[in-house]
Formats: sequence, C-alpha cells, structure tokens
Amino acid sequence: MSYDAHFRVWRGDSEKGELVDYPVEVNEGEVVLDIIHRLQQTEANDLAVRWNCKAGKCGSCSMEINGKPRLACMTRMSTFTETEVITVTPLRTFPVIRDLVTDVSFNYTKAREIPSFAPPPDVKPGDYRMAQVDVERSQEFRKCIECYLCQNVCHVVRDHEENKEAYAGPRYLMRIAELDMHPLDVADRQVAAQEEHGLGMCNITKCCTEVCPEHIKITDNALIPMKERVVDRKYDPLVWLGNKIFKRPGA
Amino acid sequence: MTTVSDSTEAIEKHEFDVVVIGAGGAGLRAAIEARSQGKRTAIISKSLFGKAHTVMAEGGCAASMGNVNSNDNWMVHYRDTMRGGKFLNNWRMAELHAKEAPDRVWELETYGALFDRTPDGKISQRNFGGHTYPRLAHVGDRTGLELIRTLQQKIVSLQQEDFKETGDYEANIRVFHETTITELFKADGKIAGCIGYYRNTGGFVQFDAPAIVLATGGIGKSYSVTSNSWEYTGDGHALALRAGATLINMEFLQFHPTGMVWPPSVKGILVTESVRGDGGILKNSEGKRFMFDYIPDVFKDQYATTPEEGDRWYTDADNNRRPPELLPRDEVARAINSEVKAGRGSPHGGVFLDIASRLKPEEIQKRLPSMYHQFKELADVDITKEPMEVGPTCHYVMGGVEVDPDTGMSIVPGLFAAGECSGGMHGSNRLGGNSLSDLLVFGRRCGKSAAEYVDATASRPVVAQADVDAAVERALLPFSSATEGGENPFQVQLELQKTMHELVGIIRKADEMEMALKALQDIATRTRTVSVTGQRRFNPSWHLALDLRNMLLVSLCVGKAALERQESRGGHTRDDYPVMDSDWRHILLVLSALGEDNIELVRKEQVPMRPELLDLFELDELKKYYTGEEIGGHRAGEAMK
Repeated sequence: MSYDAHFRVWRGDSEKGELVDYPVEVNEGEVVLDIIHRLQQTEANDLAVRWNCKAGKCGSCSMEINGKPRLACMTRMSTFTETEVITVTPLRTFPVIRDLVTDVSFNYTKAREIPSFAPPPDVKPGDYRMAQVDVERSQEFRKCIECYLCQNVCHVVRDHEENKEAYAGPRYLMRIAELDMHPLDVADRQVAAQEEHGLGMCNITKCCTEVCPEHIKITDNALIPMKERVVDRKYDPLVWLGNKIFKRPGA
Repeated sequence: MTTVSDSTEAIEKHEFDVVVIGAGGAGLRAAIEARSQGKRTAIISKSLFGKAHTVMAEGGCAASMGNVNSNDNWMVHYRDTMRGGKFLNNWRMAELHAKEAPDRVWELETYGALFDRTPDGKISQRNFGGHTYPRLAHVGDRTGLELIRTLQQKIVSLQQEDFKETGDYEANIRVFHETTITELFKADGKIAGCIGYYRNTGGFVQFDAPAIVLATGGIGKSYSVTSNSWEYTGDGHALALRAGATLINMEFLQFHPTGMVWPPSVKGILVTESVRGDGGILKNSEGKRFMFDYIPDVFKDQYATTPEEGDRWYTDADNNRRPPELLPRDEVARAINSEVKAGRGSPHGGVFLDIASRLKPEEIQKRLPSMYHQFKELADVDITKEPMEVGPTCHYVMGGVEVDPDTGMSIVPGLFAAGECSGGMHGSNRLGGNSLSDLLVFGRRCGKSAAEYVDATASRPVVAQADVDAAVERALLPFSSATEGGENPFQVQLELQKTMHELVGIIRKADEMEMALKALQDIATRTRTVSVTGQRRFNPSWHLALDLRNMLLVSLCVGKAALERQESRGGHTRDDYPVMDSDWRHILLVLSALGEDNIELVRKEQVPMRPELLDLFELDELKKYYTGEEIGGHRAGEAMK
C-alpha cells in the first residue's frame, strides 16, 4: 500500500530560503503531517514545524499545501494522486521564523486589543442563567481553534502589510461578535468594532469561511450580523441626531 | 554548527515573584491566582499560548453542582473519586477537590465561559464513567478547548487591566511563548530560579524567582500508542526530581479504553468517554456486548447485570443501575485488552464502539460533533452509520510530584506542582472529568500558596553562576564534539517508546519489567550522546534531544515502581500478581533522583483517612479495600463497642 511521494518543502529563514525536493515514503491512511514527521526522523532532522494534538483540535500545524491554507494533520494523503508533487510552504501573511514556522505574534497583539468579557456586576458566580438557544450563537464562534488560517487568507492583510495596524482580522472581529452576542456581556462593542478594529475593511469575500477547519460560518454568522448592528447604530438618523444634540462632555 | 561557548553565551535575564512552568489549565489558573494576589508572574509555555494539551480534553469537568440530579453533592463526588482510585488517593486532595470544584466551574462563567445549558438555564451536566450522577459541565465534546480559551482570555483581561493602570500589558503577568525550561535552580535548599531556551532563537533565558509552580502535564510521549502530544515528555516530573523533590504513584498509568486504532497514523488519538456516557456500547467481533462479563466484585452492587437494566438507566437513573460500559477506565481498558487477546477483536486489533444504533444521526452530530468530524476526516468512518474501532491508548499519569495536599508544595521549599504533573489526587486511577476540575482546584491553590510563600520569604535566594553555566553546558551537549558520531534523537525516542509500550504497558510481568529497566540503562547511555545537526533556531532535533533526558528519567521511575508493587490496582495490572491486595493499599512508592539517570525508591505509609470521611462509606464497601485493623475506627465498628 505504500509508495514514494514527491514532496517539495520550503526550507529557510527570514532572510533566505528555497524549495527543497524530497522523495518520501507514504503509507495508507497518512496525513501530510505524518510525512513531515517522517522527513524529520530521516533526512531532515532539523526541519522546523509546529504541531501538537494531531487531531485538528489545537490549530498548531497551519501551513500552505499546494498553495491552500490547511491544517497538515487534517490533510489526508489520499486526497492527492501518487504522482502529484506536493508543495508545502509556510503561511504567507506572517514573517517566517524557520522552514514552516512563522511568527504569528500579530494575532496575539490583536487578541489583546479586543476588550474582554464584561460580566454583569450584579450577578454572583453560580447564578448565571442563560438559555441554550441564546448561548449557541456565541458557542459556534468559540469552536475556533486559533489556527489563524482565516487571518492568513484574508486579502485585507495577506498582501497588504500596511493594513495590519488598523485591522483585527476575521478571527478577532468574530471575537467581538461572540462577545456582542453573549447573553450576559454588558459592554458596548459595536461602534468600536468599526472605528477601532477595522470591521469596515472586510468586504465579505468569505475566504475566511472557506478555509476554516472548524467550519465556522465566520462571514455569514459573525461578520455580516456585526456589520448590520453597526449600521443600525452608526447610521440610524435618530441616533445620529441624538449624538449631535446631546454632545458628550469633552467631545 | 554552534559549539559550546559557556562563558561567552549571552543569557537573557528576568526577575519574577512566581514563575509558572506550563500553560495548560493548571498553569493558567495558578498564574491568574498568583497575579490576583499581587505577584509579578511569568507563564512559560512550551508551545504557543493556548495550544496546551488541555484543549484535547473532550468530555467535561466534574463538579457536583447538582444541576441535573439534585441528589449530587461533594460527598458523593468524594466517594466516587476514592472508589475510582481504589482508595489509594490522597484523601485530603480528593476532599478539597470535591468541595471546591463547583466554585471553580462557576467562576469560569464570570471569565466568559459558555457551557451547555439545562432547560432552566443552568450549566448542563453529563454522565461519565464512575460518576454516580450526571456531573460533567461540558460544551459538546470540546470542553477542554472552552476551558483553555476561557483561562487564556481571562489572562488577557488581567493584562488589559494592567495596561490601563501602567501603560504596559506585561507589567504583572507575562507569557513566554515557545519556551522550554531545562533546569531549576536552588540556593540554600530553596527554589531560586530556572533556565530554559526560546525555541524560536535557540537563545537561553534565565528566571530568578523564589517560587515556581510546575504545571507541565504528563509523560505519555514515553509510549508508542498515546493520546498525548509531543509536549508530554515529563518535564515537570524530571525537573522536580533533579531539584530534589520526590514523585509518588508513578506505577499508575491510565490507558484510556477508547483510542482510535485505524489508520495507523491516528493510532492512539482519543475517542471521548462521552460516547459511552451518551449511550454508546462496546461489542466484540461476535457482536456480543461483552462488558457485562467484566464487572469486578467491588463494583457488583453499582452496575447493571443485564442490557435491559443498563438501557433503562439512561432514562431512569434512580431506579436502575448504570451499564458496565461506564465502569472506571482501568476496568474497561483491561476488558478490551482481554477480548482482543481472546481473538474476539475487530479487524485492526480493537473492539467496536457503537453509537450509530443507539442515537439518531442528528443527535450524534449535536452531542459529539468533534468525534463525528474526527472519524469522518481521518478514518472515512461515518459514526452515525457504522461503529468505531477502538482500543486502549496511554492517556494520563496518575503519578507525579509528591505535594502537601493543601498548598501543593513539594518537599523543596518554593517548588509547587499542580495538575497532571502532581501526584496523589487520583490514587491508582483517575475518573474521567476529574482532570479538568483537578486543574482548576489545585491550579488556584498552588497560585495562592506560591504567593503566600513569596510574602513569607524575607530575602530572595540568589542563583549561583556555576549552576547556570552547568545548565547551559548540559543543554548544548547535543551540539558539542563530545557527542560526535552519536545517534539521531528520533531513533532513540522510538526505542524508548517501544520499550515502555511492550514491557511496561497495560499488562505487566516481573521479567519483562526487569528487561525494560536493563534496556533503559542502555538507552540512558545513548541519550547522553545523542547528536544533532543544524543550528539552534527552531531545531526540533535539539528540542527532542533535551526532552529525551526527561522522558528517560520518568520512564525509569515508572519501570522501577511498577516492578516493586506486587499487586494489581487501577492503572497498574500485574499478570503475575493479578489480585488487589489490601496490604499494598496504604503503601506509597516514593521516588527520588540520585543522579542524572539513577532513581531511588522507598516505601512510605499513606496517612490514614480522617474518621468523619471514612464514615461516609459503608463498612461493607471499605472491607473490600482495607485491612481489618485500618477500619476499626469506623462508625459501624464504634457502635458495636
């Protein structure tokens, strides 16, 4: 059942690098990460790759396989023909550290900029009551394994380094939506989503949804509803008029 | 290629009050507590922040909130935990755990966690092996992810508070991503700091701190078939040993009964116990529901003897006994092992786990979404239509650092341990769901006691430069000319895994374990001389070369303790001593390190259970575990006097 596949793996660091060809054994049922591990154990001991759970639950082994952002642990070899050249490269949106490992600190920086859950001040621990149907909307977004494939594929930042400052990316815009839909969160998040985290830069091409290994409907269920809420708030003529008449102190 | 350059090696230095090694549930909860007590805290994460093995926990977090069955309370949970551990547990830890778990779960909701709900809006709870009532707070079958994300987000929120006050997110709590600690330092017998390296750069980083909390998880990577990730190399266990602390219960390893067995590349990946909790049954190749043949005497009163009664239990738990598929994990793993050995296994050497014939497809997808996804994508199996093939996989180590139950401190002042890398709480076998609650309860306790310890420390111990130099030299050994011609660390790791899997696995024999210990001596020599090529920046072979040292040390502990304990109990099954022996129940095997790979073992008496806790059990049950004189103080005995 085994055969030799032709792998082409990007090797290098932040300064220089190249695609290196490896013939490598493939057995039944294996995934791309198995093949990368085989290379590590045999002819490329120092091949750098991130991985943890090997079951699609931790989101560590994100890379681009034949140009598509994928989790290596969930990409089965049986989806390729035996003669196909399989090209494995690091995520393009983030700076390379070495080989298949990139510097994903952009995501941690953005995570820190999103205001956290604001608990209701008058509800004691143990007294939280929420209906299943109400928590389900946010629960969908909490399935996120933070693989950053959506952050990597999003064209707003993929080839536009200059947008990174102003744009939180699909994962963290979805985090705002998650908190906004949390039945007990008390913070006001809608205007900030637009003005501080770049929601308006998203033009709903749904690339993020397409690559999500958890099949979260990021665009349809998080970003579009969030945009609608913002529109309701920001462009509601009554709200606009109210803001003009009752100017906030210091404004 | 980099060579040893000890005196010229630039080392980044940091000073903290508390350093938490490990960024899974226990580590993050400890860090939250230490920071809340006003201590400057560092979190050392071997992977990226938020990727720790806690994300793999599926079923849930056990806490007797009584939301689904109001008969539940801490005493029932305590009894279940002690039974599950075959009464070898540190009873004080089990008591604290049962009492504090509900508060720890409720607290998570204030951090933003969203558990599944009951119809009246409370946290829903599900059935699990060994738990009398539905007790596990859960989110589908991805509870671990919810737990780690919630704790991660709580840390971010604390950093945001600090940012508001000081303009610096990292003023009081800082996460060191992809950093591995290789050695702890002491001064005058007390913890003084630690050293490690950044994976990204290969540069060294030193932490000076009077208190260190170990929360490094388990040791599963020493086995060929495991549900554990590459991180699980027993780092905390080994760091503690080398710092002079002791380990207990290392002979007890939990082989989770249901790991995937096919295809080979996913062998060992976990199939959650929730499948059985939600109605799944185990069958052999003859289609027989075999667990009814494997109910041990000590559990006879609590488990159904017919499939009819077992099936009624799902809808009427008060008037029926639970099905034997929900026996504690050690019992189920042994039963599967016996069926396969008797030639009644599935095509790929497991047994069948069937949920397809028990629940409607929509219900399966709703309750077990990640299992559905996992089998569909990795094995081409649709679990709503076909049974899964499953078999035992090395999952959890009950053994760990010997700690004071209330504070979590080891015998080394300033060194604490929480979660899987600590020992005692689970005795000889852990109940499913008791791990996530353990993390929260003892993570918080360790963070709190570490803070109190720092307050009580008059002067900070100072790390000796000679210790730092020695640690750096040891860490760079695989690059040095001393190891020229040495083996590739991946080869040595495979050999170590094979040795442990085949000779100190689920069923053990004296002669095999003696062979294992001999083989480990040989592997020790080879581990010292493994050689790596390439540079220091993100070089996985160097990382493994250093991890191997820890894996070897803990494997020696497992082998030595397993050979010593001449009985079968929980996660330790001896072919040559198949019976549980009351004379062994009260004995702990305590391990300490005499050198790089030399382990000393001594026997120690377990502290007797407090009388009022002993009285929570019926005398008839205690008689199955205890020697006569040990239960003389029980209420039933007293009444007869």
